[in-house]
Amino acid sequence: MSVVDRQEWDVVVVGAGGAGLRAAIEARERGARTAVICKSLFGKAHTVMAEGGIAAAMANVNEHDNWQVHFRDTMRGGKFLNQWRMSELHAQEAPDRVWELETWGALFDRTKDGRISQRNFGGHEYPRLAHVGDRTGLELIRTLQQKIVSLQQQDFKETGDHESRLKVFQECTVTRVLKDGNRVSGVFAYDRETGRFFVLEAPAVVIATGGIGKSFKVTSNSWEYTGDGHALALLAGAPLLNMEFVQFHPTGMVWPPSVKGILVTESVRGDGGVLRNSEGKRFMFDYVPDVFKEKYAESEEEGDRWYDDPDNNRRPPELLPRDEVARAINSEVKAGRGSPHGGVFLDVSTRMPAEVIKRRLPSMYHQFKELADVDITAEAMEVGPTCHYVMGGIAVESDTAAARGVPGLFAAGEVAGGMHGSNRLGGNSLSDLLVFGRRAGWHAAEYAAALAFERPEVDDAQIDTASAEALRPFSAESPDEAAPENPYTLHQELQQTMNDLVGIIRREGEMAHALEKLAELRVRARRAGVEGHRQFNPGWHLALDLRNMLLVSECVARAALERTESRGGHTREDHPTMERVWRNINLLCRLADPTGGLAATDPERGQISLTRETTDPIRPDLLALFDKEELVKYLAEEELYE
Amino acid sequence: MSSYEARFKVWRGDVGGGGLEDFAVEVNDGEVVLDIIHRLQATQAPDLAVRWNCKAGKCGSCSAEINGRPRLMCMTRMSVFDREETITVTPLRAFPVVRDLVTDVGFNYTKAREVPAFVPPSGLGPGEYRMMQEDVDRSQEFRKCIECFLCQDTCHVVRDHEENKQAFAGPRFLMRVAELDMHPLDAAAESGLDRRATAQDEHGLGYCNITKCCTEVCPEGIKITDNALIPLKERAVDRKYDPLVWLGSKIRRRSASG
Amino acid sequence: MATGTEPHLNSGGVRTGTRAAITAPHLRTDRWWLAPAATAAGLLAFIVYSTWRAFANADYYAAPYVSPFYSPCLAENCEPMKNGPNWEIFGSWWSISPAVLILIFPLGFRLTCYYYRKAYYRGFWASPPACAVAEPHKKYTGETRFPLILQNIHRYFFYAAIPVAGILTYDTVLAFRDEHYEWGHMGLGTLVFLVNIVLIWAYTISCHSCRHIVGGKLKHFSKHPVRYRMWQWVGRLNARHMLLAWTSLVSVALADFYVYLVASGAFDDPRLF
Repeated sequence: MSVVDRQEWDVVVVGAGGAGLRAAIEARERGARTAVICKSLFGKAHTVMAEGGIAAAMANVNEHDNWQVHFRDTMRGGKFLNQWRMSELHAQEAPDRVWELETWGALFDRTKDGRISQRNFGGHEYPRLAHVGDRTGLELIRTLQQKIVSLQQQDFKETGDHESRLKVFQECTVTRVLKDGNRVSGVFAYDRETGRFFVLEAPAVVIATGGIGKSFKVTSNSWEYTGDGHALALLAGAPLLNMEFVQFHPTGMVWPPSVKGILVTESVRGDGGVLRNSEGKRFMFDYVPDVFKEKYAESEEEGDRWYDDPDNNRRPPELLPRDEVARAINSEVKAGRGSPHGGVFLDVSTRMPAEVIKRRLPSMYHQFKELADVDITAEAMEVGPTCHYVMGGIAVESDTAAARGVPGLFAAGEVAGGMHGSNRLGGNSLSDLLVFGRRAGWHAAEYAAALAFERPEVDDAQIDTASAEALRPFSAESPDEAAPENPYTLHQELQQTMNDLVGIIRREGEMAHALEKLAELRVRARRAGVEGHRQFNPGWHLALDLRNMLLVSECVARAALERTESRGGHTREDHPTMERVWRNINLLCRLADPTGGLAATDPERGQISLTRETTDPIRPDLLALFDKEELVKYLAEEELYE
Repeated sequence: MSSYEARFKVWRGDVGGGGLEDFAVEVNDGEVVLDIIHRLQATQAPDLAVRWNCKAGKCGSCSAEINGRPRLMCMTRMSVFDREETITVTPLRAFPVVRDLVTDVGFNYTKAREVPAFVPPSGLGPGEYRMMQEDVDRSQEFRKCIECFLCQDTCHVVRDHEENKQAFAGPRFLMRVAELDMHPLDAAAESGLDRRATAQDEHGLGYCNITKCCTEVCPEGIKITDNALIPLKERAVDRKYDPLVWLGSKIRRRSASG
Repeated sequence: MATGTEPHLNSGGVRTGTRAAITAPHLRTDRWWLAPAATAAGLLAFIVYSTWRAFANADYYAAPYVSPFYSPCLAENCEPMKNGPNWEIFGSWWSISPAVLILIFPLGFRLTCYYYRKAYYRGFWASPPACAVAEPHKKYTGETRFPLILQNIHRYFFYAAIPVAGILTYDTVLAFRDEHYEWGHMGLGTLVFLVNIVLIWAYTISCHSCRHIVGGKLKHFSKHPVRYRMWQWVGRLNARHMLLAWTSLVSVALADFYVYLVASGAFDDPRLF
């Protein structure tokens, strides 16, 4: 049956967001013939939604900034759960990655002396985010896209074919990573437009598929965020790390219902916006946790002075890391002090003149005007938490971005875990994409080059299994003559389950219930059926994506149930405090039964098994960047005295 | 919250043919056309093909024609229509149809490849770029483009004349040429590439008759015609039709080489 | 499933074979035809009026007012205007209306103007009639070849339009005389001339070519702060180019018509002081 089209490449990159494109550029520049596969059109990736900026300690606005300070902020934001080596590399290399973008044509907003301007953001000690108004992600994706086009133009000059060394397969979905023994041998994919299957044979595969937000009902993520890369890695035998940490961005739109969840950028607060409850109170002053007490203003006056004089005042608590702000908003709403549509008020209209708002936050102005009929220069926005980012992801080697346990598999960007610990700071994702996208492309190219004369073989049997799996929705059978399940309905139920039971505040009973519900959905998903044919059939696409969302959701629920503390993006009502003993514990998810047998339908066992792992101690010179008093709050005593 | 039943006509079919299919569908407060299309998928037509992505007007995927006007489905609120009105949704009509509301926008990617990329200035390393805000403002406006290709769709040069697709880059990519030509550090000229002349010779600037439909449909509000296309035409005039400039450059070249 | 499942016969444009099979040339439900129809009607009215007036060769001077259609008056057959804008560059052999000699310039300026081009391509040529409404033409080459490639000479008409506007300014100054050429007076006509000249200048300065010349052509605004300011200033006017194109068109016709009324004796210029 394996008559599917096959092509040979050196490196295959799955995903064409910031990390994927950066990886592809690096691999191609290092001589690897590189293919990029993405579900959307080229240039539409979710990265375009990033608004605020790219965090990089270039010290253009405040000369005291440097990579050490950035590293410190990142570790604090992640509550010291970060893979410290990743945070270190990230802080060190981010400025170079930003400057490099300029040489590819990016146009950031400028300082008075013509350098890249940098803005304030939650959790960052100094103004650090290189930005372009509030459309930084678009600038990033366009720059990388245009860099790829320029490489293709070069190749055209030399070979007469734009796609001889770097090709983008747009609107294609990968459903399986193929293996030869334990090594990667390629990917199995289908073309969404025609429904045709094809195989790209390659010794190295970089996964850069982004996040998992579409498993939740209220999310700022686009449809692509179905956890494909997480699932591909799991199915290929690689473990996922710390999947319980899901970031709820504090400010998503709450009304009208059809746009609920769409992001309201943190720059609104970075530039002076404040949060108020229905009583008009700036409630964030009541929610500064102990570990941050010394860093944040205690009065509105001090907070307001900080915007102009950051050296002598402390920042307002609206700029606490995202997890803190999201929880605070959640509490205010629960206490009955919310806005009419169940959020709180985010106000810039009383803080800045209309002209300044329109200039600095043009797309926010536009978004509220067009979608909610709200003029943000005249009235406050209503905002509430929205599922935004997953800190957990594929467990990788810090330096090489290689997935653990599967030679030839690499991961970068949101799909990779570890870098952000338990909570990501705003602006750190775009820099993460660039730093680790490059590293993944680099090491994938090197790995592939080393295997140039002993390329792993693609196994026909795996191709047959993958095609059969992909075609199943067309012949969905049900045991009792019942109609096949509607994939849209299943998806909605999954989103509701995750939102209600494994959402921003978690409880043991609810999560156990969620696991049962997930098991039931898994059974029903086997009967998900679709009408029509394979040509651009969204029902079929969704039916296939359900497998991934169910796998990933189970990882989140299982890990969240296991971690009996609250830290960053994981808040347990029944274990409300951060426990130092959990600081160096990572939870790894693996596929319990790689054959996908019947165990999967049993909620107790499920498809995922969890293991605990103790992390390497933080290197002493990095620990020395912090005060002892601060470290005591996070680290267990024996860690301190090593 | 009030809801009502709206009447929709949605084009369904593929390159082999198709037509407008009638639907009656529930509409709730605050919804946009894309919500309605999704409701159709979930309840009545699970295989209705539609391209979409961010649903917030930032990615430019869900371009279609609504009541004959090129628009983003995610940014077209239902409240702009009468409740009695039948709303017609078709795929973009300037590009080959793939299926239902999805078209083959490959034309645009081909054209993107034809515009020579940014040429970095020699002698400036990463981190050494200095540009003033007023010098990047113009190009930044054009870089707001989300590549929804509505301008490419509405432009009559290619919409109404398939044969012009070969010669004409379309507003989006002429704007890209303008963006690069206005980039304060683009060193194309030093590398022997004259973007102004090629705008006309290779990208078909002369086909544009500045009737401004591109500007009218741009969801980002970019003043494509006034700020990109006309300035580009003027720059082409500098190169090709201005005898004074021509003479001046001749003399300067001679004295520089002499 | 769907109705009317016929692929297109390859009849071009939106009915090209591979495109979605929709036979209607457009599906717009709004009154898209209103704007091009109004544009065409407005332009046509001006053409009829100005043709009549330009060839009438009469009633264009009523001291101290000279019709903007006949200024400067460059032929021997011009009516004498004391200190007025008449210079006999063309001798007695020129027998038709002297307006023809000078109208070439403002006409050329407006004909090649980026706004008017849009207006008449849409209104008269239906190319396109409105956005996403199929145009009726089989072939289209835009401004790539003769004669429309000549639109590129717009800036030379802009250069020419400046002295013309200068002379009309001079005429406006002369309008502060009375019918006996005494200075220090003002009639209703003076007011009409004042409004007209302000609009003419605003239209001329707001021209896209002007915007390019004063600063748009620069790569680095930061190195030319004065020209940058001028560019911004012209840019603000330029955003209203359409409005200025219409108002100045109406005002110039009105100024001429006012002179016609006074010169033909149909109306007496009310004196303000």
